[in-house]
Amino acid sequence: MDMVTITIDGKEVKVPSNYTVLEAARSVNIDIPTLCYLKGINEIGACRMCLVEVKGARSLQAACVYPVSDGLEVVTNSPAVREARKVNLELILSNHDRKCLTCVRNGNCELQKLAEQLNVQEIRFDGENIKRNIDNASPSIVRDANKCILCRRCVSVCHDVQGVGVISATERGFDTIIEPVFNKSLDEVPCVKCGQCIMACPVGALREKDDIDKVWDAINDPELHVVVQTAPAIRVSLGEEFGLPMGTRVTGKMVSALRKLGFDKVFDTDFAADLTIMEEGTELLDRLKNGGKLPLITSCSPGWIKYCEHFHPDMLENLSTCKSPHEMLGALVKSYYAEKEGIDPSKIVVVSIMPCTAKKFEAQRPELSATGYPDVDIVLTTRELARMIKEAGIDFNTLEDEDFDDTLGISTGAGVIFGATGGVMEAALRTVAELATGKELKNIEYKNVRGIDGVKETQVEMGDMKINAAVAHGLGNAKKLLDKVKSGEKEYHFIEIMGCPGGCVTGGGQPILSAKELMDIDPKVERAKAIYSEDESLTFRKSHENPQIKALYEEFLKEPNSHKAHQLLHTHYKKRIKYC
Amino acid sequence: MSRCKNCTNKLSFEKLEKVIEKYKDKEGALMPIMHEAQEIFGYLPIEVQNYIAEALKIPITDVYGVATFYSQFSLKPKGKYNISVCMGTACYVKGAQKILDRLKEELNVEVGETTEDGKFTITATRCLGACGLAPVIMVNDDVYGRLVEDDIPGIIKKY
Repeated sequence: MDMVTITIDGKEVKVPSNYTVLEAARSVNIDIPTLCYLKGINEIGACRMCLVEVKGARSLQAACVYPVSDGLEVVTNSPAVREARKVNLELILSNHDRKCLTCVRNGNCELQKLAEQLNVQEIRFDGENIKRNIDNASPSIVRDANKCILCRRCVSVCHDVQGVGVISATERGFDTIIEPVFNKSLDEVPCVKCGQCIMACPVGALREKDDIDKVWDAINDPELHVVVQTAPAIRVSLGEEFGLPMGTRVTGKMVSALRKLGFDKVFDTDFAADLTIMEEGTELLDRLKNGGKLPLITSCSPGWIKYCEHFHPDMLENLSTCKSPHEMLGALVKSYYAEKEGIDPSKIVVVSIMPCTAKKFEAQRPELSATGYPDVDIVLTTRELARMIKEAGIDFNTLEDEDFDDTLGISTGAGVIFGATGGVMEAALRTVAELATGKELKNIEYKNVRGIDGVKETQVEMGDMKINAAVAHGLGNAKKLLDKVKSGEKEYHFIEIMGCPGGCVTGGGQPILSAKELMDIDPKVERAKAIYSEDESLTFRKSHENPQIKALYEEFLKEPNSHKAHQLLHTHYKKRIKYC
Repeated sequence: MSRCKNCTNKLSFEKLEKVIEKYKDKEGALMPIMHEAQEIFGYLPIEVQNYIAEALKIPITDVYGVATFYSQFSLKPKGKYNISVCMGTACYVKGAQKILDRLKEELNVEVGETTEDGKFTITATRCLGACGLAPVIMVNDDVYGRLVEDDIPGIIKKY
């Protein structure tokens, strides 16, 4: 990359020629405030928070979209700049509801932070404060337009990253609002509930549907046996909510905290991830041998599944019939575990801690109730769990490590890596390769499917079989991959798709990072590193070696894809309309 | 392309399809298609917006955003006669508000709404460019100028 020399606040700086003024300033630790800016996703210069003086320019310029050029002179801190930024912020605040104390983003809000940073002590303007109804019909996402500052970060994610496009700016002037069409709720449009809009929102205008009280009620009911399970990605992100550095593994502390909250049993969704590999791996081998529908596509991500039902209904037969891991575990808790422990399944409540808002929708699917009761009763996101822990007064960082409960608590490295993009594929290959050839794998790490490239490919030889595999994460990437499959340009046997960019580690239910933090650190990379180090730390790293999985098949399910396994662990999909 | 089951107006959709065909591959196709669609259907219901979105392979939110941004587009069916009351500066100072209030009273509907019999819709518009005749209203293409409130009942009676 060509370099150019510019002057920022009197200091000469050499930066790549494709930088913006904002990036150039950041590279020398000069902080320019931003609000609508979200690196790589929303760079539109709309909010005017990042105004700077550019020598020779007619007016102040937005640093986030102003390209550098040789000899450019920029001033980021002058009376004119400070005054302009402050007035713009006051105008944004003039029709914001300012209910910070009761806002879910209190303490983690970019607008609140800016008001502090720009030293706003009064708001001189009274905007036309139109009272908006809160859209809470969706089981996953709540939209509160009273808090919306029209930055359009959510719109960009929904349209450009996910290719879903169910929210957009409508009307004009003070009436402008980010919403679905025709005053519909998010529940009445083909929203896939991925929650990436929540991750993009700088304020509290988009948030998860809070189900904490339902969980407290269940725990406080002595009649009920409340079982909790945690997804692979929670253990590498929960610590961030308690100030620990990104990538800290807190598996033991998390289990300890869950016991302190009062759950009767703490199980591991990773166990069910191993089970998924047994079922899905067998399904793949069966489809390969018996001419079944190919490519087989993974079904762990409920955002992806709902997207497929709305946008690619012609691919539904390609989906694995496997339920997602936490649903499998829920079904086993209310059958296998209930029988074993002699507990009436109607008295069992299964709570899933998930990095995901789409799982809240998934848990409500009527077809996911193998025992006559919902497989999973309540889904909490990582953020909600953190709030419960805080509410209970638990000092998370000083907790001693504890282990998951037996029965459904042992897992392998293969189960853990489900949390990162490529993980399900790698876990499946570890098992399928050994099942297909009967020989032990020398190298179990399939590094071609790791990393954050949008679409990844690999070819694996298993005896006389060659498996072409592909991985996509983020629905925009999924569409690109599927288009190539549909046109015949690419042929695969097995595809992993995760609805969220990065997979579950950066799912819509995970700790939210500010745009500023995201300029310097990529949680897709950092949290995935923690996932793979957890994998390396475990005794068993292949799903079929999990001793509890072996016991489960011997005692209960008999064999993968058996009649009983189908009854409890598999599902079906349906075409969903978009609008009419 | 499949039409939704609620859209029974086959003939109109055939016309719309021809319009889309005409503009489809041109840059900036959306606005002219929406204009002609509104001429065909009288307004832009969700079925029509969805049809346009699917045909252009864009999210319906893009169509709806434009439809709600410009006051020219309507999401509700309009009456047989659209009464546009000019609210431009000249008409306003000459008493356009009183004319509008009287219209609302006579027809018993608010601005943007249509009478129950589907006959009249009241629209408040920007300057119609006939300031010399202020205050002005238009009933479809007929212009009435230099109005006083009491002229209103007589004008309505003509239709």
